[in-house]
Amino acid sequence: MKRLVNQHPPRTIGYLLGLLPFVLLLLAYVAASAARLAENPNDPLLPSLGTMFETFWRLATEPSRRTGELVLWVDTAASLTRLALGVGISMLMGLVVGILAGLIPYAGRTLSPLITAVAMIPPLAVLPILFITFGVGELAKVVLIVFGIAPFIIRDVQQRVEELPTEQLIKAQTLGASSWLIVLRVVLPQVFPRLLDATRLALGAAWLFLIASEAIAATEGLGYRIFLVRRFMDMATILPYVVWITLLAFLFDLLLRLANRWLFPWYGGRR
Amino acid sequence: MIVTFRNVWKTYGRDVVLERLNLEVQAGEFITIVGASGCGKTTFLRMLLGEETASRGDMLLEGAPMPSEPGPDRGVVFQKYSVFPHLNALDNVLVAEEFARARLTGRLFGRVRQRARAKALEMLEAVGLTHAVKKYPHELSGGMQQRLAIAQALMKNPKILLLDEPFGALDPGIRRDMHALILDLWRRRRLTIFMVTHDLKEGFYLGTRLLVFDKVRHDPQAPNAYGANITYDIPVGRVEPEVLEEIRDQTGLPVAGEAGFRG
Repeated sequence: MKRLVNQHPPRTIGYLLGLLPFVLLLLAYVAASAARLAENPNDPLLPSLGTMFETFWRLATEPSRRTGELVLWVDTAASLTRLALGVGISMLMGLVVGILAGLIPYAGRTLSPLITAVAMIPPLAVLPILFITFGVGELAKVVLIVFGIAPFIIRDVQQRVEELPTEQLIKAQTLGASSWLIVLRVVLPQVFPRLLDATRLALGAAWLFLIASEAIAATEGLGYRIFLVRRFMDMATILPYVVWITLLAFLFDLLLRLANRWLFPWYGGRR
Repeated sequence: MIVTFRNVWKTYGRDVVLERLNLEVQAGEFITIVGASGCGKTTFLRMLLGEETASRGDMLLEGAPMPSEPGPDRGVVFQKYSVFPHLNALDNVLVAEEFARARLTGRLFGRVRQRARAKALEMLEAVGLTHAVKKYPHELSGGMQQRLAIAQALMKNPKILLLDEPFGALDPGIRRDMHALILDLWRRRRLTIFMVTHDLKEGFYLGTRLLVFDKVRHDPQAPNAYGANITYDIPVGRVEPEVLEEIRDQTGLPVAGEAGFRG
C-alpha cells in the first residue's frame, strides 16, 4: 500500500470527487427543505428547488408589475456596469501608477508610501465619506470599488516591475531604448499578464464592495435586490441571486484566465 | 585608444573595490578578464557599461568621458536574462532597430519594417538561429538564448562588446561551439570585446589579452580596506605554463582540461 501522499486519483474519479461535495450539499438542502415544507408548505426559509427556479424564471422573463422591467436583467446590468467601471479604472490606475512607481526611482520614492498608507485604510470605513462627498449615486459605488482594489493592483504591478531582471533594463538601454520605449516595449507587455492575474484576485473584493454599497444605497442592482427582499425573508429570490452572482464571478475569473493564456503564450512557459 | 582608464578607483563608503586602475585598450582587442570572486571584475564591467561610475580617476571611451548610463555604443551579453521573454527570437533582434527608429511608438511598419526585418534575419543567420526565428526564449536552449543575446547586441554595431560570464551556465560541448562563434564574429566584424570568465582556460584560449584582477595589498583586520588591481596583463599568444600555474594559484580558479590551450 503506497503512502497517502503518493496516491493520486485517476482523472475521471478526480472530477467525480470534486463534484461530490456539491451533490452532498444539494441533497442535504433538498432533504432539509422537504422536511420543513412537509410541516408548513408556506415556510419561506428553505424553499424547494422548484419554487426557487420559478421565482428566478419569473424575475428573468416577466416584466415587473410595478415598473414593467425585467428585474433580473436590470439588476445584472446595473451591477455589472458599476463593477466594470470600478475594475476598469482600477486596472488603468494599476498600470499607470504601478509602472511609474516600479520603474522610475523618483516616482517610486514619491508614491510608494502613499500607496501603502491608502492600502491600509479599510474601504468600508470610508464608504460614508464617499456617500457624503459623491452623493448616493453611481459615482460613490464605483469609487468604493476603486478605493478597495486599486491599491492592491497598483502594488502588485509595481512589485512585478521591480522584479524584472535589471539585466533586461540594461540590455534595452544598450539597444538604444529611451525610458518611454522601455515602458512601451519591455515593461508594459511583461506586466500585462500580471495585471490580469492581480485583477482576477481582486475581483472577489470588488464584488464585496459592490454588494455592500448597493445594500446601503441603490435603486437597482444584484446586491440591492437581495437586501431588499431580505425584509420579507424571500429566500426563493435570495438564494438564486447568490448562485447567479457566483456564476458571474466564476465566468469573469475563467475569462481572465483564458485571456492570459491566449494573449500571452510566453507567460506560462516562462515559469 | 578605444578605452582608457587613468588611476581609477571604485569605493563604496569605506570599502574599496578597485584601486589605482590603469588600462589602455585598442580597438580590435579581445580581452578576457579572470579573478577570484569578489575581486571587482564584475564591477569593472559594470563601470564600462555605465551602470557604475568611477569614484576617482578618468574613464575614457574613444578619448571622451565614459557616458554614465548604458547606451548603444556599448553592447552587453549577461549570463542570463539577456533576452526579452515576451518576444520571439526575431522580435528580440528586431526590437533593437525599432528602439532606434521609432522613438514614439517603438514599432516599425511597412517598407521600413521589411528592411529592418531583413537586417534582423541576417543577424540571426550570423549566429546560427535561422531555424528558430519564431521561437520564444523559453523554447530555446541555454546556448541558443545566448546566441540570440549576441545577435541582439551586434545589431547596434557597438564600439565595445561586454560579455559577463556569457557561457558560464552552458555545457562544455555547447561552450566550445559558442567559443567558435564568438571568435568568428570577433574576427569578421572587427569587434572589441571585454569578457569576464570564471574559467581560466577560456580566458587563455579565447582572447588576445588576459587581465587578472586581484588584491595586491591585504589587511586581515579589514578585508575591504584595499581594492583589487590588475595583477597580470599578458598577451594571450605568449603564455608560459608557469605563468598559468602562478595565476591559478593566485586566483584559485580551476583550469578546465589542463592541456590544449593555445599557449
